[in-house]
Amino acid sequence: MKFTLSWLKQHLDTAASVDEIAETLTDLGLEVEGVENPAARLSTFTIGKVIHAEQHPDADRLRVCKVQTNEGELQIVCGAPNAREGITVVVAKPGDYVPGIDVTLGVGNIRGIESRGMMCSERELELSDEHNGIIELASGNVGQTFVDWLAQNDPAKVDPVIEIAITPNRGDALGVRGIARDLAARGIGKLKPLTVDPVPAGFTSDLTVSIDSDTLDGCPLFVGRLIKGVKNGPSPVWLQDRLRAIGLRPISFLVDVTNYFTYDLNRPLHVFDADKVAGNLRVHRAAGGETIVALDEKTYTLPAGAMVISDDNGVESIAGIMGGDHSGCTDDTVNVFVESAWWDPVQIALTGRALKINSDARYRFERGVDAAFTPEGLEHAVRMIVDIAGGEASEVIKAGDVPNHARAYKLDAKRVQSLVGMDIPESEQRQTLTALGFRMEGDMAHVPSWRSDVLGEADLVEEVARIASLTKLVGKPLPRATAGVPKPVLTPLQVRTSAARRTTASLGYNECVTYSFIDETAASLFGGGDDARKLENPISADMGHMRPDLLPGLLRAAARNQARGFMDLALFEVGTAFHGGAPEQQQLQVAGILVGRTGPKDVHGASRPVDVFDAKADAEAILSAMGSPAKVQILRDGPAWFHPGRHGRICLGPKKVLGIFGELHPKILRDLDIKGPAVAFTLFPEEVPLPKNVSASRPAMEISELQAVERDFAFVVDTTVEALTLVNAAAGADKALIEDVRVFDEFIGGSLGEGKKSLAITVRLQPREATLKDKDIEAVSAKIVEKVTKATGGVLRG
Amino acid sequence: MEELRNKYLDLIARAADEATIEDVRVAALGKKGEVALKMRELGGMSPEERQIMGPALNALKDEINTALTAKKAALADAALDERLRSEWLDVSLPVRPRRMGTIHPISQVTEEVMAILADMGFAVAEGPQIESDWYNFDALNMPSHHSARAEMDTFYMKTPAGSKEPPAVLRTHTSPVQIRALEKNGAPIRVIAPGRVYRADYDQTHTPMFNQVEGLCIDKNVSMANLKWVLEEFLSAYFGKRVKTRFRASHFPFTEPSAEVDVQCQWNNGYVTVGEGNDWLEILGSGMVHPKVLQNAGVDPKEWQGFAFGIGIDRIAMLKYGIPDLRAFFDSDLRWLRHYGFAALDVPTLHGGLSR
Repeated sequence: MKFTLSWLKQHLDTAASVDEIAETLTDLGLEVEGVENPAARLSTFTIGKVIHAEQHPDADRLRVCKVQTNEGELQIVCGAPNAREGITVVVAKPGDYVPGIDVTLGVGNIRGIESRGMMCSERELELSDEHNGIIELASGNVGQTFVDWLAQNDPAKVDPVIEIAITPNRGDALGVRGIARDLAARGIGKLKPLTVDPVPAGFTSDLTVSIDSDTLDGCPLFVGRLIKGVKNGPSPVWLQDRLRAIGLRPISFLVDVTNYFTYDLNRPLHVFDADKVAGNLRVHRAAGGETIVALDEKTYTLPAGAMVISDDNGVESIAGIMGGDHSGCTDDTVNVFVESAWWDPVQIALTGRALKINSDARYRFERGVDAAFTPEGLEHAVRMIVDIAGGEASEVIKAGDVPNHARAYKLDAKRVQSLVGMDIPESEQRQTLTALGFRMEGDMAHVPSWRSDVLGEADLVEEVARIASLTKLVGKPLPRATAGVPKPVLTPLQVRTSAARRTTASLGYNECVTYSFIDETAASLFGGGDDARKLENPISADMGHMRPDLLPGLLRAAARNQARGFMDLALFEVGTAFHGGAPEQQQLQVAGILVGRTGPKDVHGASRPVDVFDAKADAEAILSAMGSPAKVQILRDGPAWFHPGRHGRICLGPKKVLGIFGELHPKILRDLDIKGPAVAFTLFPEEVPLPKNVSASRPAMEISELQAVERDFAFVVDTTVEALTLVNAAAGADKALIEDVRVFDEFIGGSLGEGKKSLAITVRLQPREATLKDKDIEAVSAKIVEKVTKATGGVLRG
Repeated sequence: MEELRNKYLDLIARAADEATIEDVRVAALGKKGEVALKMRELGGMSPEERQIMGPALNALKDEINTALTAKKAALADAALDERLRSEWLDVSLPVRPRRMGTIHPISQVTEEVMAILADMGFAVAEGPQIESDWYNFDALNMPSHHSARAEMDTFYMKTPAGSKEPPAVLRTHTSPVQIRALEKNGAPIRVIAPGRVYRADYDQTHTPMFNQVEGLCIDKNVSMANLKWVLEEFLSAYFGKRVKTRFRASHFPFTEPSAEVDVQCQWNNGYVTVGEGNDWLEILGSGMVHPKVLQNAGVDPKEWQGFAFGIGIDRIAMLKYGIPDLRAFFDSDLRWLRHYGFAALDVPTLHGGLSR
């Protein structure tokens, strides 16, 4: 919302400066987004008089002028055709910044003649596009500042423009008068009375207006007057200046009038060319499918139920949003029908949204226009039209009635103290509300018709506090909820998520935060890309789907980094992935990728391509940090984005998957443009079981003083036999005695023959009661061999 | 006797390697060595002679033995020194590469915020990122026609053709967690809710996803003055210096009264420093929870009241750590992650400091 200072002063009697007004508006909740003060830009220019002008000796078009200024007589070379003796001009002197040419002047030398400044055109001062000659003032004294001269003679040129942001509740502040009212309530000046002298009716109109009964809830009131014999044309200069200052283009008086009252009094109007209206006007709901060319010259197809105004020709106006082109006013219009109506905010919002029209009228009706002011608003417009464009007005044509929105709330003066914490005397509270237009009746505050946002007692508190200024608020300590040392607040899942994050970083991964939405290709590769997880209105095609997994985002990030020349990467993310498009269909993941080599090539030859066991090691370390049990199952048949033979699911039973690790499928790397190898893990913190025992105390430590013994075994098994099966079998041979089983060698093929491999394990035996004798060791060894053979079909290697 | 001693000690001293030492040992103390032979002669001596010669010979034997051991050790040391001299390495060479991981500023700052507010008794609540129309809007006093909705640039989930349900949305703020937390725990309550939020906006200063932290405190006598104190304490702890705030009236559908909060700051060559100077920078929105919102969450507004606030995590991260561009937060550029990231063990705590 933009307005100028002089416009504001039309409603507000104030001596406050622009800065003071701007600061106050922001504090009142009408946040100033910008103040454009032309005077600031023009402050250095002064008025001078050309006392002598002669032809430049070396240039036909230049004149050498002697100019009287506040700094004495200056010689200025000027190329303007009107530069001549005797005229009063605007002088820019060396050191002055001239905005229109974006130059800070110095002392010039033009074809051998010194020039100390310039005489400016309107364009050079950004006052208009005029550049046929320099400014010639009809009055003004040498040395007077140009700003002062403008303020006296052409105030619109130095009228500061203020732009404010309007929060959705403050429809009333979408008119300059509403803004003035807030300022007056704060004490920045006095609100001037608003009166209108209605134009007496000169004749009775034939035109009638009706509202269909099913439309009365959206349009309870429609008033209008027919004016015959108007003369349309350009608006008066003051009106054009005002509209231009706030960024509107003057079109013709009859159009400008509606724009003016829209911004002045938050009273949108529409003016029909009465000669183009066939028959009578009818407010009704569109059946759906009707089309109309609106004032923006675009064709709109109306949704069923949208409120429209029709005549015998069909739809002439999209009610409360935009008039129709057919019955709009032109320069030739002589008879007009001026409409002032009240439209329901919700219905206007819905139609506006459906048609995607953003007009000033829609913007205002949507936020609440003063319904009670509808008839008076009409009189303001008719008065101005008749005064400026002439003509004779009919009586008021009216359909419906002013809707009754009257309501009152109890002012509880203590509530301001309890809710806001500010001590404001009751008398001041009442005074504030009265200044805002509330009518106090005992302790009941009757809401003014223009404040549709005030809907309860809390709103009264807000108004009082807002006008008193929240800057006066003094902080007050919030006591602890319970005395003493605060208890921990994080849930176990939050704690372990943080542990997972920091463990992963400590393993050398860089944490990323990637977008939760990704492109369809990447989503599809990871089990997503379906309609359920698709956005209706993505910001771009590559952000169209909710991510089904964290890996595609990380791999896209890896590809971007590889494109920048970083080939070896360790990236991770902790965040949610989505398995559906409904709330709660999300799952927390910790995912990491390793791409390329373990590090840059090095003198020690330590760098090597990353492999699946890197991913597995890190996955195990992170799971352990999250409190996962050490004993897990490694199952296969994980998702298709992993190498079918080189991945594993870390499980507690077939249904409880804690995580997945593996080498990424070569096709995935190809499709996502990754220069591999690449391995990855995805972990599911929510799946890791919480400890059953919440006591901080550890179980008693059991250590034996007796010597532990290690024995190695090598078994020849089929290559498809998994090491973990063999280890579990060996460990099961004597659960009391066997403390640990470790695989230390795998050998495939060679003399073993096709399809066979050798797995070597070290078994650590820890006696508890007596030192192991050879026969004890032999006995347990035999049992180990027997168990392993039974479980794997393997034989002890000779 | 003395002759023998000098001879062998001299031989030992001159021995240059272990083999020579062994030869000397055999020559002196071996079965047929000179000292051994002398020992044998003891048998033929008179008791008086033996009384003198016995101990003397034993002493000689010990002395030679000691000299032999010492010489052996000296030779071994010399040999070791010689070997070590050849084992010189260029220790200026780089080590085996070790990856250094980093924590993203968003995670770090979120933990900082949690550390501070936990001390004031705020727990951490969570809610879904795909949110229902009800929780994201209606429950927060934004019915479907509310113009505040239109201004939020909401992302909608695709709905099946013919569905009558309003589409689910990507939550536009963390405020729906207020409702969920109140429904779950009732009042009194103190929670914060950090997390991702989404709005369809992308330019210099906006990304379609960003991070917020919501704060909610509902009790019997909580006022806006308490809110101001909490925010000033929070901001001062976070920025590590006393930070003044300025409350400005504003409007959010879910709070009443509402205030935008500015922090004291200073602009210098396009950089902003919080906590000094005379300028103000808008940093968060806040207010007293609207009675309708409490009602929608099943809390009686006649009995309970309190405040809520929402802060941009990315924004306060940028302000504190001098990070210029929001968009880079989500680009995962390795150079950025390394430059602005935090060490894995740099856990923010109140007792150890929030940041180094």
